[in-house]
Amino acid sequence: MNSKSLLLCLLFGAVFLALWQLLAQGSEMPTPGQVASVSLDFLRDPFYDAGPNDKGIAILAAYSLVRLISGFVLASVVAVVLGVVLGRSQTLFAAVNPYIQILRSISPIAWMPLLLYSVKDSEMTAFFVIFMASLWPTLANTAFGVSSIRREYLNVAAILQMKPSEKFFKVILPAAGPAIVAGLKISMGSAWVALIPAEALLGSLGLGYFVWNEWNNLSLPSVIFAILTIGVVGVIVDWLFSRLARRLAYTD
Amino acid sequence: MSQHHAGPASLADPFSSSTRLAHDHAAVSPSSPVDGESAMLRAVESSVVRKIFGGNDVSRRSFMKMLGASSAMAVISSIFPLDAAKAMALDAIGPIEKKDVKIGFMPLTCGTPIVMAHPMGFYKKYGLTEAQPYKASGWAMIRDWAVSGQTDYTQMLAPMPIAMTLGLGSPKMPFLTPALENVNGQAITLRMDHKGVKSAKDMKGFVFAVPFDYSMHNLLLRYYLAEGGVNPDTEVQIRILPPPEMVANLKAGNIDGFLSPDPFNQRAVYEKAGFIFMLTRDIWPGHPCCAFTSSKKFAEEAPNTFKAIFRAIIDATMFSSDPANRKDIARAIAPRNYLNQPVEVVEQVLTGEFPDGLGNMCHVPERINFDPFPWDSMAVWILSQLKRWGYLKGDVDYRGIAEQVFLAADCASVMKEMGFTPPASAYKKHVIMGKEFDPDKPEEYIKSFAVRKA
Repeated sequence: MNSKSLLLCLLFGAVFLALWQLLAQGSEMPTPGQVASVSLDFLRDPFYDAGPNDKGIAILAAYSLVRLISGFVLASVVAVVLGVVLGRSQTLFAAVNPYIQILRSISPIAWMPLLLYSVKDSEMTAFFVIFMASLWPTLANTAFGVSSIRREYLNVAAILQMKPSEKFFKVILPAAGPAIVAGLKISMGSAWVALIPAEALLGSLGLGYFVWNEWNNLSLPSVIFAILTIGVVGVIVDWLFSRLARRLAYTD
Repeated sequence: MSQHHAGPASLADPFSSSTRLAHDHAAVSPSSPVDGESAMLRAVESSVVRKIFGGNDVSRRSFMKMLGASSAMAVISSIFPLDAAKAMALDAIGPIEKKDVKIGFMPLTCGTPIVMAHPMGFYKKYGLTEAQPYKASGWAMIRDWAVSGQTDYTQMLAPMPIAMTLGLGSPKMPFLTPALENVNGQAITLRMDHKGVKSAKDMKGFVFAVPFDYSMHNLLLRYYLAEGGVNPDTEVQIRILPPPEMVANLKAGNIDGFLSPDPFNQRAVYEKAGFIFMLTRDIWPGHPCCAFTSSKKFAEEAPNTFKAIFRAIIDATMFSSDPANRKDIARAIAPRNYLNQPVEVVEQVLTGEFPDGLGNMCHVPERINFDPFPWDSMAVWILSQLKRWGYLKGDVDYRGIAEQVFLAADCASVMKEMGFTPPASAYKKHVIMGKEFDPDKPEEYIKSFAVRKA
C-alpha cells in the first residue's frame, strides 16, 4: 500500500466511524465508543476460563481455528487427489462434473441436519461442514488445472519413463499448482464463512458460539465486537495462507 | 471479562443458631465449598435435626442458641443414631459410575434448578463432583444432544421426552422424566402496538412464535386461542423461533407476539419491545413447563449416577421453590456461563415482582415456581393435546406412556426418603381455563373441544 492509499484508507475509516457515531446517537444501536469499551474488556483477559460456556476470546478463536484447519486440511487432500484423477480423464470428468456442480452449489450449512442425524456428534458435524465447504472449490480447480496441463509436459514425462508417483509430484502438481492454490484459497474462504454459523447452530465452542451467546443476551456491542473479531481473524488466516501459497506456487 | 457468580452454596451447619434450614436447606452462605461426602453428611444431620423440630426453624434456632451447637449435637446424637443415618444415606446411592456427567441446558429461567445446581454446589453435594452444564442454542439441538448421548442428562420441554419416546419429531428413543423443573414461568407477550387487545378474538391474523412444536408453549397457546374461538391452525400463524430471536423479531415487527419461556417475556419488556399480555399461570395454574430428563438407556447403565442426580435435582428444585432463595439464585445463574442475562431481568422473573411493560408493577409470586413432582395426569394431558392437534395419531395408551416417561412413583419415594412430602397420587384432575380435565377420560376430553384437528 503506498502512502496515498494508506491516507485514503484511514480517511475512509474515519468517515465510517463518524457516520456510525452520528447514526447511532440517540438510537438503540451501540456507538463506536461503546463497542470499543466492550472490546477492551474482552481483550484485556483473552484467556480466561469461567466454565464450559464462558471462555476468553483467544480460547474461542483457537477452537475455531483448530476446527477450520482440521476440516480444511483433510478436505484439501481428498480434493487434490480426486481432482487429479478427474483431471486426467476427460470422460470421467465429464461424467462426474454434473454431480460436482450440484453438490458444490449446496450451502455447507444445509448439510448440517443430515450430518448431525447420521454422525450423532456436534463436533464431528462441525468438522464435516467445514470439510464440505472446503472440498468443492479445490476439487473443481484441481480438475480444471490438471486437465489443462500442456500435453508437452506429459509427453516429456512419458519419454523419461517416470513412475506414476514421480509424475504426480514432479509434473502434475507443479503444473497444476497455480490453479490448485487458487482453489485452496477459495476453499479456505468458504470454510471460514461456513464455520461461524455452524458453531452458532451447533453450540460448539468457538467464535460462532460467542456471537450466538451474546445474541442470546441481545448485547449488541458484544455482537459487533464478535463480528469484528471474525473479520480480523479471517483476514489474518487469509494473509498467512497467501504467504504459504506463494512459497508453494510455481510459474512456468 | 469473566463475570463472577455468587459464591458456591455450602450446606449450612444445622447446629448453628444463625443458619436457616427452611425446606431442609441451607441458605446461601459465602463459606467455602464442601466436598460431596461431607456435604452429604451435613445433609443427613440437617434432615434429622429438621425432623426433630418438626420443620419449625424458629424453635430449632432457639434450642441451638440455648444449648450451643456441640452440646446440641451431643443431645440429639444420644436420642437419634446420627452416625448410622449418615452411613445409610451414603450407602443408599452407592459408588457413582460417572462423576463428570454432561448436563444439557437452555439459557432460560425454566431450567433454574438444573443450572443453579452447578454454581450453588448441589451436584457436588451428591457426589457428582465434576458435573458440567452445557448450554444449547435451541431445542432441536437439545434433542440431538440427548439422542446422540453427547449429554447424559438434559433439560427438555415437558412434552419432549414423551414425543421422543413415541418417535414424534425425533428418532424413537425412550426417555425418562424423573422430575419436573418448573411450573408456570411462561407468558403471552404482545408487540407494543397491540395494547388494545382484550382477548383471543382480537388476535385473529396474528403471527405468533413458540420455541418448539413439542412444548407446553405451543400447546397452551393453541388451547388459549381455541378457547377464545380462534383456530390456531387456520386463523393465526404459529412459527418456531429460538427465544432470543423472538424479542428481536417482535421489535422488528415480524411477529405480533409470542408465548415464550422466561426470561424472554421480561426481556421484551426490558427492551421496550412488548408487554406481558397474560401469564400462563392464568391459563393453567401450576402447569408443567420444563423437565429434567435422562435417556432410559443411560439411567440403566449408570444407576447410581442416576440416583445421585435424581436427588441433587429434587434438592435443588425444592431449594429453588423457596422464595427466600430466589435473589441469590438469580445472581448465581445470570452470568455468561449460564443464562447470560441481566441479573435484574432474571430477578424480576424469579421473584414475581416485575413491570408488565404497560406501566404497571405486578406482584405475582407464583409467576414461576419449582416443583419436581411429575404428575402422570400432566403427561396424559400433554398426550391428549398432541392428539387434539394432530401431532399424534391413532390409538394412544395414555396411562402406559405417561407412567413410562413421567416417573411420578419414583419421584414420590425419593422425595419421601429426603424428608419432603410428595402428593399421595400420581393422577389428579386439572382445571385449565375453568374447564376440568379428567385423566381417566382423555378421549372424551379431546372430543369435548369444538376447535380441534383430530
